Amino acid sequence: MTLLMGAVAYDPKVVAIWSGFRSWLQARGLPFDFILYSHYERQVEDLIQGRIHAAWNSPLAWVRAQRLAQANGRQVKPLVMRDTDRDLKSVILVRNESKYEKLSNLEEQTIGVGAIDSPQATLIPCSLLRAAGLVPGENVTIRRFDVGVGLHGDHIGGERDAARALLAGDVEAAAVIDMNHLLFGQEGTLPAGSTRVLAQTSTYDHCNMTVVDEAPEELVRRFRELLLSMSYADPEVRPLLDLEGLSMWREGRSTGYGPLETAVDEECFYDARGHVTAQEYRP
Amino acid sequence: MRAAGPGVLDLETLGFERGAHLLVRQALRNLRPGDELGVEGGDPALVVHLEAWCRQNGHGVRQAVDTDLGVRAWVIRGRADLDRWADAQRAGGPDPSGIVREPAPDWGLAARGALIESGGPTPPFDITHRDLVWAEIAPSLYAHAASAQWNPDTAVEWDTQFTLPAEVERAVVQVMTYLIENEQAALVIPARLLGRIHPHFREVLQLLAVQAADEARHMEVFTRRALLRGGEMGTSSVSGRESLATLLTEAEFSLASFLLSVLGEGSFLNLLEFLDKHAPDPVTRQVTRLARRDEARHVAFGVAHLQHQAETDPALRGRLRAAVERRYAALVDTSGLNQDVFDSLVIMAAGEWTPQAIACGYDKVQKLQSEMDDGRQRRLVHLGFPADEAAELSSLHTRNFM
Repeated sequence: MTLLMGAVAYDPKVVAIWSGFRSWLQARGLPFDFILYSHYERQVEDLIQGRIHAAWNSPLAWVRAQRLAQANGRQVKPLVMRDTDRDLKSVILVRNESKYEKLSNLEEQTIGVGAIDSPQATLIPCSLLRAAGLVPGENVTIRRFDVGVGLHGDHIGGERDAARALLAGDVEAAAVIDMNHLLFGQEGTLPAGSTRVLAQTSTYDHCNMTVVDEAPEELVRRFRELLLSMSYADPEVRPLLDLEGLSMWREGRSTGYGPLETAVDEECFYDARGHVTAQEYRP
Repeated sequence: MRAAGPGVLDLETLGFERGAHLLVRQALRNLRPGDELGVEGGDPALVVHLEAWCRQNGHGVRQAVDTDLGVRAWVIRGRADLDRWADAQRAGGPDPSGIVREPAPDWGLAARGALIESGGPTPPFDITHRDLVWAEIAPSLYAHAASAQWNPDTAVEWDTQFTLPAEVERAVVQVMTYLIENEQAALVIPARLLGRIHPHFREVLQLLAVQAADEARHMEVFTRRALLRGGEMGTSSVSGRESLATLLTEAEFSLASFLLSVLGEGSFLNLLEFLDKHAPDPVTRQVTRLARRDEARHVAFGVAHLQHQAETDPALRGRLRAAVERRYAALVDTSGLNQDVFDSLVIMAAGEWTPQAIACGYDKVQKLQSEMDDGRQRRLVHLGFPADEAAELSSLHTRNFM
């Protein structure tokens, strides 16, 4: 039997990454193959229906996988995650010269966010706004930048558009993940000193390798062991780790998804049984 | 940057949007994995960016507490950067003394002497052994070649006044047409080899690149001379092109270098000297003299490289001989030198259209062929061939000269 994993092709590099990992894993005796999906929703549905054994999931896909699994009498667990998936933060940016000093100052203003399904640039930041008394559609206007809908925010385009809109004065604030704020500063999308961080979210975790309880136990065990053994000192695997954005795989954990669970419920993005209930979401 | 306490870096107002990572990375360089570095600074986004940067670079971050006076966060040094360079090695040394016999394919295009991160692509360079390309004289020949480059526009006095009889001018144009054809072969061959040699042998690449550039200039000045009086270009025979085509098919560096530089360009040295001496006008004499200087360098490298290789590979001479014989066999049914070229050389050497002058010109061309033969034999003996074998091999050389 072959361990079958799903991954979402949010970028052509995904082919290079998983083809490379596949060769590396096979060379070490693991029968492994992967299937590419065009969006996360079908990948999660296939995972729960047993069509694939593992899914390289976005945090939002993990939330849905849990709900679907529970509704279908299955169990899922996060097998491993990247070192870069732990303890992320998103920030709410304003123009440096603006008068805003705290989130509540943004009442009745327009805030730019990422794609409708972006955990880091839309869902979790909107939850932060709610906690500060700003309810989207009621006392604050949300302007979404829907790039790569269905990719759960993997595409950077929405965040970049939101940042540009902030700079252009089209929105009064913008939500981005911390590392993209750094990137936009370094690449010049946001000139140094042009924006400041008005607020930041609590920490949350990002992707994980989700496995379903029906998956062949021995293959899953070996899969986990091999991923955790990948070393950044190995010249064969290092370029793949660089492409995938990690220096080591870490144990999976499910403790870092609380802020997103809350946000999903607040937005009615999925219901408790894992059905897609978000209005206007067309992956 | 104020001197902060031990294990603490003060970034002052510098943020990560303007290069703070350089100072952080420098400070971490002296720490061991697991050690902590306190970071101070006034940039409002410092902690947000430090956390993101550390996560992407394999370092941890610990939040500062109230008692950490001035410190905004602690970086826990990771080991990704150390792992990346753990098995890196130097690609030999930058000087010729640092050349290794067989550079690793994955050193690829890296500068000689650079610290090479392991892994990566292996570019398709198939000439990868020092003895296949190297000659000790290569660095100095390159330096000389680079300093001896000349500008075709100013190095030749194109405006010099002269008048030639129409038949003599036609002969000059015919010889120029022939030279251009040969120079084009002499450009294409080193250029093709150049792309196959491992860049570790930098000086050889440089030398071949200048060689190709030399031929480019020769093509230009011979073309300009041919067209100087507004006439049409001369003829190109099948046999001439057949002779040159056999040079293009020789895949082995040393054999191609032998056939082109030692035998072909070696013969051309005599031809260009002949033209310098007998050409009927000053412009033709100038362009052939300039080209001859360059060709002498090409021959010198070819001979030096083959001498080097013959010392390490006793079987080389056998392969050189076989290459000459192979080419002879390929050309045996062709007529050799374009008759128009031969006749034009006679006319140029004759200088005028009288029986006596023509006879004299004919003698001079025969003498040229004899000198070419002597030159080839001399170079073959230089490469270690016995005199009788050198004479035999020289006689098998193409009648097309190149």
